[in-house]
Formats: sequence, structure tokens, C-alpha cells
Amino acid sequence: MLETLRNAAPFLLQALWTTLWLGVVSFALSLAVGLLVAVVRLYGPPILRLLAAAFVSVVRGTPLLTQILLVYYGLPQLGVTIEAIPAVILTLALHAGAYTSEDIRGGMQSVDRGQWEAGYTVGMSFAQVLRRIILPQAVQVITPSLGNRFITMIKDTSLASVVTVVELTRVAEQVGSATFRYIEMFVIVAIIYWGANSLLSVGQARLERHLRRAYQ
Amino acid sequence: MNPEELHAQGIPHPHQSRACQIRAEGLHKRFGALEVLKGVSLSINKGEVVVIMGPSGSGKTTLIRCINFLEEPDQGRVMVCGLEVESGGRGGERGRRIRQLRAKAGMVFQSFNLFPHMTALGNVIEGPLQVLRMSKAEAEVLGVQLLAKVGLDAKVHEYPSRLSGGQKQRVAIARALAMSPEVVLFDEPTSALDPELHEEVLQTMRQLAKDGMTMIVVTHEVKFAREVADRVIFMDGGVIVEEGPPAEFFANPRHPRTRAFLRLVE
Ligand SMILES: Nc1ncnc2c1ncn2[C@@H]1O[C@H](COP(=O)(O)OP(=O)(O)OP(=O)(O)O)[C@@H](O)[C@H]1O
Ligand SMILES: [Mg+2]
Repeated sequence: MLETLRNAAPFLLQALWTTLWLGVVSFALSLAVGLLVAVVRLYGPPILRLLAAAFVSVVRGTPLLTQILLVYYGLPQLGVTIEAIPAVILTLALHAGAYTSEDIRGGMQSVDRGQWEAGYTVGMSFAQVLRRIILPQAVQVITPSLGNRFITMIKDTSLASVVTVVELTRVAEQVGSATFRYIEMFVIVAIIYWGANSLLSVGQARLERHLRRAYQ
Repeated sequence: MNPEELHAQGIPHPHQSRACQIRAEGLHKRFGALEVLKGVSLSINKGEVVVIMGPSGSGKTTLIRCINFLEEPDQGRVMVCGLEVESGGRGGERGRRIRQLRAKAGMVFQSFNLFPHMTALGNVIEGPLQVLRMSKAEAEVLGVQLLAKVGLDAKVHEYPSRLSGGQKQRVAIARALAMSPEVVLFDEPTSALDPELHEEVLQTMRQLAKDGMTMIVVTHEVKFAREVADRVIFMDGGVIVEEGPPAEFFANPRHPRTRAFLRLVE
């Protein structure tokens, strides 16, 4: 096992890096998607609300793997060819965005209506109240669920391996098939995922504690 | 540019311009089948303090909220110092006028509605920063001044969760004043407070009145109305039933409904 680890280490490091940045970029984009969808569902015109609700329903009701395959293999059939990495980032962002939109929507609804009114009475616009008054308070409420979404995202990047993206899982599979050390490689990669996500959990707990203490 | 700078250039300070009036004309508002305002008009001169009284459900809160368009009236219009907004209509231009109107008509809520994620100072300077585009340094000077004025010099950097109800309400008053409003609307500013905290808020409001601020105050504090109001308005069933100077209003209420109500609150 140690031998396998030593030989595969350079690939694994490279792959860990790919996994992490795929996760971070996709998650950041998913927050933007989630915010947009949440605001549209709460305050948009009726037609857009319906579209946004349909988007959330479809995305949550279909497997992520199917979505990735559809975007990567399906779109070229319509003349839209997307490279593997952008295709994965797009899919992950939309997929996670549907989930985070629900968190963000709940967080915004949990803020008292009086906060909107207090912002409005000093002459602030909708966008100003949203950005300055509502979102900062919503963030406090939804940080725990967003933290969990981020960890889920790191794990979901493994599905990128099916469309040739060389991230952790793909490296395990490649090295495994070349050396017949499948068990070792997948155990190593599992430990790496677990380690990274445990670190993230610790960071998340700290952030939550910090946010709970704020404003006291 | 703030009022002081405008004043230095010969433009009258808002608190001094005599022509300025606050008017509501023919306000109607219904919630479903319930008609809450049945054509309310009032006109208030600069520097006047008007107290509105009336039984629960008579439409006092709705009236105040229609004046700054937190509630869209079904009919009628509001004028604050030359700026006029009518009921009905949509669009960005109207939205802008409503925001201007709100900046001129400050509001103090029964439940304070302070921003919990901002300090007392942060609460006060939010409007000047975001709406008046004041510089941070300038806004902070103004904010500290206003907090001192409401007796909270020591609480400038405190978060609302660490303030008493009375202190919260005084921050809310400072927040409204920070926009240099033409009028401040108060909706039962003491009702959510323990009785022993009423006086500090009323004292702040008395001082405001003395400084010449135009105020519309929904309250059941009869003593405050007697001492501070220039005029008391009695509302019932969505209309103004009677109004007059406090001495007269409390001594000889003309309408039987007013008399019945005053027996209850006094
Ligand atoms: N958003 C709303 N939707 C439906 N009904 C409402 C709404 N706001 C107020 N009402 C109703 O309108 C009537 C008048 O309410 P309003 O709050 O203006 O009365 P008020 O005079 O301020 O009473 P109080 O002294 O209890 O504060 C009440 O019957 C109330 O239930
Ligand atoms: Mg009321």
C-alpha cells in the first residue's frame, strides 16, 4: 500500500488540487445560481417564479450523473460542444444551485418583514435592502446548510471522472487499472476525501460559532 | 449635499422652509372586504405635532403606513414638501419618487425594527450612506451627534441585542432623524415598552418637538398629547371623527365616540 501510495503520490496531489478547485469554483457559482433562483421565486414576476420552481423541481428530481452526461454528451448533438471541465462546472453549479436556492429562500423568509420595512422607510431600494439588510441576516441562518452543501459538492466532483476529467476518483481508477491495485487506490482516495471533508467540517463549525457570537 | 451645505448656498434649510406642508388627500385603503381607510385627509404645517388617537382597528397604523407608501393606498395622494405621490401606477420613476418621499418622511415603528447585524451607529448611518451617498466619515460624525442627542453617547458601538427597549427605540428615532426628514411618523412608539421605559422615549420626542420637528404620532399617551401636541385627531372606523387643540379635545370632546374612547384611556 505504501509502495502504491509513493508511486501514485504526484498524480494524487495533482488530482486533489483539481478536485478542490472544481469544488470551490462550482460551489461559488452555485451560490450565485441559488441566490438568483431564490430571489426570483420570492419576488419575481409570476411567469419567472413558475420557471424557477420548475427548474428546482427538475434538477432535484433527476440524478446528477444523468445531468452531467446530458450536458457533456447530449449538447454536442444540438451543436453545442462544451469541454469536459466547463461542462462539469456548469452542471455542478446548476445542480447545487437548485438546492442552495431552497436554503437561501428559507433564510430570507426567516428574516422579519419589519426589516424590509425599516430599510424602505429610510428610502432604500429593493436591491439595497436585500444586499445590506436581508442577506447578511439570512447568511447567519443558512451557514450550516451551506456548509453541508459544500461538502456534498466536494464529493460530487467525483462524477466528473465519467467524462474524462482527471480528478481524484479518475486517478484512482487509472492507477488501479494499470497496476491492479484497485483496493489500495480507492481506499487511499477515500481517505483523502474523508480528510479534506473533515477539515472542512472543522472550519464550518468554527464559522458557525463565530457567526453565533457576532452581534451580541 | 447635506442641508447645512445647501443652506450655506442660500437654499433654505428644510426645517425652515415655511411653504412646506405635509398633506394626505382622500386616502382609501381596503384589505379584502374590509375597508380600513374611508377617505382620510389631513394637512400638517411645518413644525406641527399631531397626535392621532383611536380605538384598536380604527386604521391609525394603516394611515401612517399609507403616508409613506409602506402600504399602497387604493385611492388618494400624499404630498410632502412639494413631492407628490398618487395611488395607483407602477414603474421605476414612481418607485424613485416613493423612495424620495420615504427619505423625507421618517418612521419609527412600535417594534423598533433595528437592524440586528449593525451597531447603533451602523443603524443610524445606513440611510445616509446608502441613500444620501454621504461619505462614511461624514455620516459617522452625524450619527454620533444624533445618538448623543437621544442620550446614547455611551452606546454608539453597541449591537441592538445589548440595548434595552427604550434605548432601541431611541436609536430608531436617531435613525429616522439621520435622513434630515421633513416629518417623522411615529406608530405607538412606547406600546412595546415596559411602563418604566416610556418616559425616556417620550422625553426624546418632547425634545424633538421643541426643536421644531414636524411629527405625526399615533399614541395613547394622553399626557404627552396634552403637553406636546398642537392638534389631536380622533379616528374611528376608518375616518377622522374629530380633531382639535388638545386642551379643547380632552376637555370638550364633541363626538360621543370620542367621549367613549377617552373614558377608556384616561
Ligand atoms: N396587511 C393587512 N391585511 C389584512 N388586514 C389588515 C392588514 N393590516 C391591517 N389590517 C386590518 O385593518 C384594520 C385596521 O388596522 P390598523 O392596524 O390600521 O389599526 P390601528 O388603528 O392601528 O389599531 P391598533 O390600535 O390595534 O394598532 C384592522 O382590522 C386590521 O386587522
Ligand atoms: Mg396600530
